[in-house]
Amino acid sequence: MANKVLIYVEQRDGNIKKSSFEVLKKGSELALSLNAEVEAIVIGNEINNLENVGVYGVNKITNLKNSELASYSVSAYSELLNNFVEEADADIILLANTSMGKDLAPALSVKLNCGLVIDCTELDVINNNIIATKPIYAGKALTILETNSPKSIYTLRPNVFTVGQISNSIAEVITKNIDSVNLSNKATLVTKTEGKLDVTEADIIVSGGRGLKAAENFGMIEELASLLGAATGASRAVVDAGWRPHSEQVGQTGKTVSPNLYIAVGISGAIQHLAGMQSSKFIVAINKDKDAPIFSVADYGIAGDAFEVIPALIKEIKKNNA
Amino acid sequence: MKIVVCVNHVPDTATRINISSDQKTLDSNGVTYILNPYDEYAIEEALKTKESIGGEIVAISLGKEANKETLRKVLALGVDNAVLLKTDEILDSLSVAKSLANEIKAQEADLVFMGKQSVDFDNSIMGQLVAALLKFNIVSTAISFNLDGNKITAEREIEGGKETIETTIPAVITAQKGLNEPRYASLKGIMAAKKKNIEEKEITSTNNFVNVLEMKKPIAKPAGKIVGVDSSAVPELVRLLKEEAKVI
Repeated sequence: MANKVLIYVEQRDGNIKKSSFEVLKKGSELALSLNAEVEAIVIGNEINNLENVGVYGVNKITNLKNSELASYSVSAYSELLNNFVEEADADIILLANTSMGKDLAPALSVKLNCGLVIDCTELDVINNNIIATKPIYAGKALTILETNSPKSIYTLRPNVFTVGQISNSIAEVITKNIDSVNLSNKATLVTKTEGKLDVTEADIIVSGGRGLKAAENFGMIEELASLLGAATGASRAVVDAGWRPHSEQVGQTGKTVSPNLYIAVGISGAIQHLAGMQSSKFIVAINKDKDAPIFSVADYGIAGDAFEVIPALIKEIKKNNA
Repeated sequence: MKIVVCVNHVPDTATRINISSDQKTLDSNGVTYILNPYDEYAIEEALKTKESIGGEIVAISLGKEANKETLRKVLALGVDNAVLLKTDEILDSLSVAKSLANEIKAQEADLVFMGKQSVDFDNSIMGQLVAALLKFNIVSTAISFNLDGNKITAEREIEGGKETIETTIPAVITAQKGLNEPRYASLKGIMAAKKKNIEEKEITSTNNFVNVLEMKKPIAKPAGKIVGVDSSAVPELVRLLKEEAKVI
């Protein structure tokens, strides 16, 4: 019987991440179904617009604050979160399945000695229990999971749960100044790839494969991506060839993505690639070979040469945007 | 330096997945198993570390008798010793982590490498769990690693960039693709591995907190439509994306 749902809100550079809004909304909905309380915690220094978490149905957020907490330290953040969860006596703890969430959630599950379900794509309440769906084998199969510990932790895959305003409330923000922090394990420098969206967080992804023939031909993929406000992705073949960085690789030894729109250009659709992107809401495939497996998962396909189709597509979108 | 690498024996990524009749487990008939791809980077980093500062590398794998095939491959790459924590049971991540942590403690290791994720259950938390159990430092999803005395400087991949982490041993490092270029086994290594002993041990923790109620295949996407051929199809594609899908 769950009494309290606690949501870990993630900030980077003083701003709440979109994936945390998704967790806030889902968390408040779960609390309602479980007839439980809900509150949120955020760790950082100066953080913008914390009271806005109210619109996602969460009316209380505690900010654990210290200037040393402005950037991420797994040792400091973990200690503070673990202690806060014990103090707050929360039963259900939710985090976004991000690089930070995947550090903090396991450490918390060791501290609480409890069940942890990672990368959930569905969470339902059945007979007062949470039933989680989690993809495995990069999405080639799904598991339906249940925990049997008094407390449980779930991380939610970004871009799967919808984000939207469900209330007009302003949340109560409680600021707790932290005196000393454990910085034995700390990020000393954060390097952002300038102007780049990450494939796991993007609403639209334009991905290129071997059909593009050479690294320099990705210019048109980047142009199309920037026109659509999209992230650029890549198949394993072109990453292994050194044409694109590994951070862009989509598929079983890369990232599993589920954007609203996935445009696959010159990608034939190896099983490992399909696994990583088939849960995208809409898929467009552009490939010379009309029998390529990518067309079996595509909503819309164009059988044609990328070198002809992509410039035409860029022109058409510009015309439409004009 | 005593270094441990944790390795997993997983279905080849080219495998088609079928579910057993119990609807809770993978049907392993006809499935080829391989060394978990991310573990290759972990092994390479362990070997490089040993080459620069000396020491001993022990590989640990938890699972069935068949995991010995993977341990044998790892020995061929130059790992000194191998331990199989043998079980036929299906364990949740925390149970696996407890058994691994106990063995790492018994080995008195200072540095642990493993892949950032196992490509079967895709949990990507084993290194973090083991680190928390042992009270070791953690660098997850590492794309560079440098050890100077007991000081670690490493880079880890984050959304839209990377961050530099400074910490100390004892530590667990989980390897991301890009950390290094894994080597191939030499013929000499393969021959030597055949003679090496793989130690078998009983596991210590089998108390699952997470249970599988069902395993199933995702609902297949209905086949879409070919909008057309070549650039003449582009205006219709843009119209569909705008008006039907409403995604641009």
